[in-house]
Amino acid sequence: MASATEPAVELTGLGRAYGERTALEGVTLSLAAGATLAVFGANGAGKSTLLRILATLLRPHSGRARVLGADLPEGGWSVRGRVGLLAHDPLLYRELSAQENLVFHARLHGVEAARVPALLEQVGMLGRAREPVRTLSRGMAQRVAICRAVLHAPELLLLDEPLANLDPGAAAAVAPLIGRKAGPARVVISHDVEHGLAEADLVLGLRGGRPALLAPAGEVSAADVRALYA
Amino acid sequence: MALVRKDLALELRTKEAVPAMFLFSVSTFVLFRFGLDRTTLEGDLASGVLWVTLLFAAVLGMNRLFVAEREEGGFDAFLLAPVDRTSLFVAKAAVLFGFLVAVELAAVPVFALLLLGPSPVGALPELLAVLVLADLGIAIVGTLVGALAVQTRARDLIVPLLALPLVTPVVIAAGQATAPLLAEAGAAALPGRWLGVLGLYDLVFGLLALAVFDFLLED
Repeated sequence: MASATEPAVELTGLGRAYGERTALEGVTLSLAAGATLAVFGANGAGKSTLLRILATLLRPHSGRARVLGADLPEGGWSVRGRVGLLAHDPLLYRELSAQENLVFHARLHGVEAARVPALLEQVGMLGRAREPVRTLSRGMAQRVAICRAVLHAPELLLLDEPLANLDPGAAAAVAPLIGRKAGPARVVISHDVEHGLAEADLVLGLRGGRPALLAPAGEVSAADVRALYA
Repeated sequence: MALVRKDLALELRTKEAVPAMFLFSVSTFVLFRFGLDRTTLEGDLASGVLWVTLLFAAVLGMNRLFVAEREEGGFDAFLLAPVDRTSLFVAKAAVLFGFLVAVELAAVPVFALLLLGPSPVGALPELLAVLVLADLGIAIVGTLVGALAVQTRARDLIVPLLALPLVTPVVIAAGQATAPLLAEAGAAALPGRWLGVLGLYDLVFGLLALAVFDFLLED
């Protein structure tokens, strides 16, 4: 486990390419334990690549990535199980029910399955818990995916547009699990500029895979962020 | 066990692999019956028809083995968990082995009814031993090939192109071991050396698969 004073994420000149195409280059930052990094950028700016590297799903090709006290990729084994990833895909089996999916993930993470109904109730999904995920709306599937991401009480949350498809009621229901007060350090990709800034301690703006903006949230205006999309 | 249970639950829900493998086997037996213009087979020919059919049916199962992991994010979810990657190989091989056994429980009696001259009942324990050893080899290689192929766009082509040459020794050994059990003159003694070949194949490819499977999951 990372010490309380050790940064949750430390990146130095981080880069990643897909073949000839550079997806991410020269990202350097430090995110304190319990703090929130908001990542902004247009489509294809490298946000999801950054998240997948932090989740140990992609290897960095250049620079250094240290997550929860472990250098990636060699220390990836010690990071797995300590990060919670909410990606574009919900990472749920469509033919299994919400309950079956979460019990499966609980077993993979060595977590008591008894935690599952309480989580589902918290996000208002207990009534649909036994229905196959394929029958759920996108917003409902997103709520189940949030339960999956936090099921094992991760120390670092990696959230890609966590409130996508959620109505205001659902967004309020999931806030204690993935919001600012949830506890773990967070890396949040968002296209909602005002909300993203309000949630953040540190802001990273990416353009073409390179950092175009990196500053404490208090020093960044909504106009600065919108300029990334121009 | 969680991985095996999940895959069995998915198969029970979707019925994508085992029914397709069984129906393919029965269709192939019927085609052989008309293609060879024979109502009964025995010995080498019966053994060959049985094993070639079961192998092609197994290819269907290999093709489906990792589809849910690929299309529904199962690989990512697994890689995020603090679980030894080898456990995915062991679980998937166990599931494919289970699929093969389930198909054979139905398909071999159909083969006996449709095509087989001599009754295999007297040689059932020996036949079961051959089936189990051969299924184990097919499951090991099939899991390895399935994991490799699912990362490619041409999955449906890659699986048979890689799997068929790799499991040829299984077909040869299983065919040779089964032929005397299906002889017209009644079941002869099981050739022990062919069982030995199957066992050795399972051991070698099992160790090889355990050694290389981790690398197949790397990005």
